[in-house]
Amino acid sequence: MGRKLLLEHINVPGIETFDVYRKHGGYASVEKALKTMAPEEVVEEVKKSGLRGRGGAGFPTGLKWSFIAKPEGVERHLLCNADESEPGTFKDRYLMQYIPHLLIEGMIVSSYALGANLSYIYIRGEYMFVLDILEKAIAEAYEKGFLGKNILGTGYDLDLRVSPGAGAYICGEETALIESLEGKRGNPRIKPPFPAVKGLWGRPTVVNNVESIATVVPIINMGADEYAKIGTEQSHGTKLISACGNVERPGVYEIELGMSVEEFIYGDDWCRGIKNGKKLKALIPGGSSVPILPHYLITKTAKGETRYMSYESLSDGGFATGSMLGSGGFIVFDEDQCIVRNTWNFARFYAHESCGQCSPCREGTGWMDKVLHRLEHGKGQMRDIDLLEKVNKRIEGNTICPLGDAAAWPVAAAIRHFREEFEWHVTNPEEAQKHNFGLAKEVTFS
Amino acid sequence: MRVERKIVHKERPVLSEEAKAEIQKVISYYPEGKKKSAILRTLFIVQREAGGWLSADTMDMVAEILEITPIEVYEVATFYTMFKLEPVGQYVLEFCHTGPCMLVGSDQLIKYTEEKLGIKVGETTPDGMFTIKVAECLGACGYGPMLQCGKHYHEHLTPEKMDEFLEACRRGEVKTN
Repeated sequence: MGRKLLLEHINVPGIETFDVYRKHGGYASVEKALKTMAPEEVVEEVKKSGLRGRGGAGFPTGLKWSFIAKPEGVERHLLCNADESEPGTFKDRYLMQYIPHLLIEGMIVSSYALGANLSYIYIRGEYMFVLDILEKAIAEAYEKGFLGKNILGTGYDLDLRVSPGAGAYICGEETALIESLEGKRGNPRIKPPFPAVKGLWGRPTVVNNVESIATVVPIINMGADEYAKIGTEQSHGTKLISACGNVERPGVYEIELGMSVEEFIYGDDWCRGIKNGKKLKALIPGGSSVPILPHYLITKTAKGETRYMSYESLSDGGFATGSMLGSGGFIVFDEDQCIVRNTWNFARFYAHESCGQCSPCREGTGWMDKVLHRLEHGKGQMRDIDLLEKVNKRIEGNTICPLGDAAAWPVAAAIRHFREEFEWHVTNPEEAQKHNFGLAKEVTFS
Repeated sequence: MRVERKIVHKERPVLSEEAKAEIQKVISYYPEGKKKSAILRTLFIVQREAGGWLSADTMDMVAEILEITPIEVYEVATFYTMFKLEPVGQYVLEFCHTGPCMLVGSDQLIKYTEEKLGIKVGETTPDGMFTIKVAECLGACGYGPMLQCGKHYHEHLTPEKMDEFLEACRRGEVKTN
């Protein structure tokens, strides 16, 4: 099954309560960090661990921490990004819902490392029932002296609060999240200045994903060197993968980075194969924004090598024949699914979620939604496929935040690998309404 | 969001003492002078007290509570999809219809519910009981098809479970808060 660092105790009855969590080794990292380590040592340890941001972008967490400005007399803040909204991703919710103290423990250690005395967990508004769970756990932590003034007698003070969003995918972008926390619309800010210099209320701020912050706990407990031994050379540690779509056993799994994609999809301990014994048609391995892969590029790379669940192997071949680990939102398509319909569905999602600030994204996502809608509904023409590619190129790289890219990439990848299926929708509009195109024709790579 | 949203007038609700205390508590979560940060949570509390939606007058009240201008509240309330700006039914059924839920049959379930209740997405039943809405990814991708009703998720739905759920709503057994 591999090692579990985050979910080891998830099935222990009562693990959501302070006492049970503590009995299973909980809050040990707070004692270790606050009593025996200087804040800089904690930062160094996280740097050394090689932990990469688990929200999707994969930026090294320790490095991000080291950028935080420390002007005299200005407060600093740590914000936890619990706005999990990337289609296919539901891992952070699972962690917060069932083992909330792990996140709180990680928040204490991480806030200490950054010198923050007031930190927030920004959670998407739809997860209001999870917010209740977190606040209950936070109240316990206050009561037991792990939050508030003079934590464990070390002189370190920390207040931790939960702040909800209210239904906006864009607030997962860190500067939009900050805007939202300030009580405004979630319009991303132009960078620089980066949040590390000017973030929440103009103060130095770090924004980290739920899973990244939770992972700080095992890193401190076991030490960076031990942690870095898990996984592959470039992908250290474990990762939560949320598997969904047409698999036998969807759900959240903690994997050691570097296991094979084939084992994850078909293994008994994992997804247990495609539902109802159907054939695998496609995979989106890291949330809706990353490129889709056709069946022949999932378990093997274009070079014919085994494909692994790691940053480097999933992106092997670049966008031409690879994808990304992203957020770990693992979406599996069986042979009955229509790629055109799915691509349109995601295009509609991005059009709905664009904040409207930059015209390439505001207009471009709407165009892609419309053009894909007509292709899916039998009203498309051949030139629409080329038009999509053109619109795509005009969005990509031309916007303040990455939502534009996130909207463009899935469409580009779908056309790249499933062009025949798109063309078939144009040439056989009536048939396309009734049944599905089937698998993409295998391409051999020399 | 780019969806066109109009603002409707209806007099402000009278807040319960409990709600007032809740709002003060939420405001205390942010530093002195940063009351505006409490806006989303305050809007949730007030929306709940006002019958599930926000009128212009209700938003003006929030502006007064947080000591900001009304336009600051309008621009926020119109941006976030969880704030309803028109009257809604007692039970708002928000079906996730994004990719992963679609792969496991959300479209069919929405259609089934529309037929069952005799209304379309965006409409409310004549008795004011149910409103059907669609939502983009609710983070329940492995447990679809699903819907959100008030604060709670209802997952792994089938037509049979949908029937039971609607009946439970009619019997007043479904919690929304």
